Amino acid sequence: MKVLSLIIALVMGALLTVILDDLPAWGDAQSPANAHVSAYYLENAYKQTHVPNVVTAVLADYRGFDTMFETGVVFVAVIGIMAILRREGVPKGAKSRKRPPHQPPDPAITGVATRFIVPFMQIFGLYVIAHGHYSPGGGFQGGVILGASVILMAMTGELKSALNRMSEDWFIIMVGLGFLIFAGVGLACMFYGGNFLDYSALAPLFSGTPQEAAITARYHAMLWVEIGVGFTVMSSMFAIYTYLASDGWMDRGL
Amino acid sequence: MIWPYDFGLLLLVVITAILALNLRDLMGASIVFGTYSFLMCLLWTAMAAVDVAFTEAAVGAGVSTVFFIATAYNIKKEAKD
Amino acid sequence: MEWLQINYNYLLVIVLLMIGLWAMIGKNNLVKKCIGMCIFQNAIIMFFISMGVKAGSTIPILNYTKIDGVKTYLTEASMYANPLTQILMLTAIVVGVATLGMALTLVQKIYSEYGTCEEDEILEKLN
Repeated sequence: MKVLSLIIALVMGALLTVILDDLPAWGDAQSPANAHVSAYYLENAYKQTHVPNVVTAVLADYRGFDTMFETGVVFVAVIGIMAILRREGVPKGAKSRKRPPHQPPDPAITGVATRFIVPFMQIFGLYVIAHGHYSPGGGFQGGVILGASVILMAMTGELKSALNRMSEDWFIIMVGLGFLIFAGVGLACMFYGGNFLDYSALAPLFSGTPQEAAITARYHAMLWVEIGVGFTVMSSMFAIYTYLASDGWMDRGL
Repeated sequence: MIWPYDFGLLLLVVITAILALNLRDLMGASIVFGTYSFLMCLLWTAMAAVDVAFTEAAVGAGVSTVFFIATAYNIKKEAKD
Repeated sequence: MEWLQINYNYLLVIVLLMIGLWAMIGKNNLVKKCIGMCIFQNAIIMFFISMGVKAGSTIPILNYTKIDGVKTYLTEASMYANPLTQILMLTAIVVGVATLGMALTLVQKIYSEYGTCEEDEILEKLN
């Protein structure tokens, strides 16, 4: 099987090498990928939304549908993992024969370090979500950092202590809540008369001339949407960790 | 991009990828996979894709490695090949 | 040498694709197959990012200068790297980690049902 797979991989590599002449050269500024739509985004993103970070502007505003359904994919993944792996009751002898014996963690070094690090991680995660308009960052990155802070608490203490702070009911609710916030902002745009996820329809909520209010509405709605994405990603990272580390029993982790 | 550093980084990426697949100990393979993710993050920073590099550093070198370690903890820790 | 300098990013992508594909088909252990899947995903993301590089460009966050005391943003399209490829790949990375979580869940469930994680032993137990 190994020889066959090596042959398949080499044949695929050879076929891909043949087509290399048709692909654009390295660093070409006039290639079709760089010339048409992305030039429009670079030139007009600041004029229409007042957000200097073009990546966040396009992700949250121009291509908001993709981001919403990607949040939906993360949500469905968490539900799927819960459906496959979650078990109730006390692990009986035969089913739990493969789990390694439990060694309670020693809190002398790792516990103290965690207690110092976790608050700073959480503040940094919130900063990354909120500052996504001006620096690299945004909803996903901040959400993953927040989720990693809770995973750190679960790894260096008992899993039960982390579950006491963010219980299973809460993180399942928060996974759906983020998606609901995103879709809720889109529906609010429909109530004000625009299309779904057309943030400039929220202009009556802000002051100024109609053009300025539309720009401000897009600027602020992007932040709300990123907060929704941050909720979902944070709870889904912690959810997947608890299900994987405890093999579904939710009693003890690594 | 500075040519010798660039070439060294590319070589390290390929070496860690092959190493992560050939280690028998699954915990060691997960750690080397975290190293591979971090080197890809450095490559993308050199290509001016800072958002992607931030996400890959947080997701690949952080959370993804933890998932592999959590799985390797619950199953047999030695792979046959 | 000229061909190598034009195309060396695609050669890295092809090498990583070959490594990932060989791992997914040829390796016996299920967790090694998942590592191969991650390497394959990273290679595809590298392909898209490397297509968006422009020579002598900076990151796609707009710079500004002060003209007559007013802050104006420079929006010359050739100054900045291509943001569109990066945006698509952000979504791809997050979907990739969700898929990885799902794959590792299935590996753990297979282990708790069959007692092994090697492909040939599972095939023997099935037959």
